[in-house]
Amino acid sequence: MRIFFAILSGGLFGAGLLLSGMTDTNKVQGFLDLFGNWDPTLAFVMGGAMIPMAIAWQMTKSRTPVIGGSFPEMPATEFDRRLITGSVLFGLGWGLAGLCPGPAIASLTYGGTGGFLFLAAMLIGMRLAPTASRYLDSRSAAA
Amino acid sequence: MITDWIWGLLGGLMIGAAGAVYLLGNGRIMGASGIIGRIVDAKGSQALEAAAFVAAMIAAPAVIALVWLPGTETHLTSDWLVIAVAGLLVGLGTRIANGCTSGHGVCGMSRLSPRGIVATLVFMASGIATVAIFRHVLEII
Repeated sequence: MRIFFAILSGGLFGAGLLLSGMTDTNKVQGFLDLFGNWDPTLAFVMGGAMIPMAIAWQMTKSRTPVIGGSFPEMPATEFDRRLITGSVLFGLGWGLAGLCPGPAIASLTYGGTGGFLFLAAMLIGMRLAPTASRYLDSRSAAA
Repeated sequence: MITDWIWGLLGGLMIGAAGAVYLLGNGRIMGASGIIGRIVDAKGSQALEAAAFVAAMIAAPAVIALVWLPGTETHLTSDWLVIAVAGLLVGLGTRIANGCTSGHGVCGMSRLSPRGIVATLVFMASGIATVAIFRHVLEII
């Protein structure tokens, strides 16, 4: 059951990313290009995605997950160094190439050699992240 | 142009439905960076679930591109240095911040999570500044 939901969700996610245009780096960079020829498509994608998700969050109040267990709790409101620094670094990479983790995966079969290179670099970055996070924590502790 | 927005909305609804299935079915937040991260960490049954998710996430658009939308491409830059640096930063940043456009953006903002909203505002502002500087000032991208 767990695997079934993972496949159903992953398939919908990948198809949605392609059909929405979000695996096209021109559209993503076009959205971020506020001071150039702005392309609002990404805002429509975000808006569209919020609707089923907001309904789903409402539904979590009166039930438990189908496979059992409990729903993820709201994380404590804490804007730590990790959240801010990580998001700044992510935005930098996102702006440079126009790919974020979802589209990088979804476009693997039609993204060419560059797509594979991006994914490989991204996986290396993910491997290095725990070390980088610990460094940020030690800086926070010292401050 | 308007058809782009309609497709954006439709695709967005599918992405939201995907997140809803993952949440209500498996009780998990559908975040691409988190799911890929679980494969990188390779932790038993969690990695298996994540691998199934990623396999479907690659296969579904692959079939659509092959059958229905031949010639689909990503228009990714051909500058390998930019690609490598960008990929490294995206991997590093999303895991340090514990989320990306799907986890913090779609799933976090839709439950009005303060952390999700702040992360999304920060990476959007960072992305906008990056495109402004690298496209219009330095003219690299």
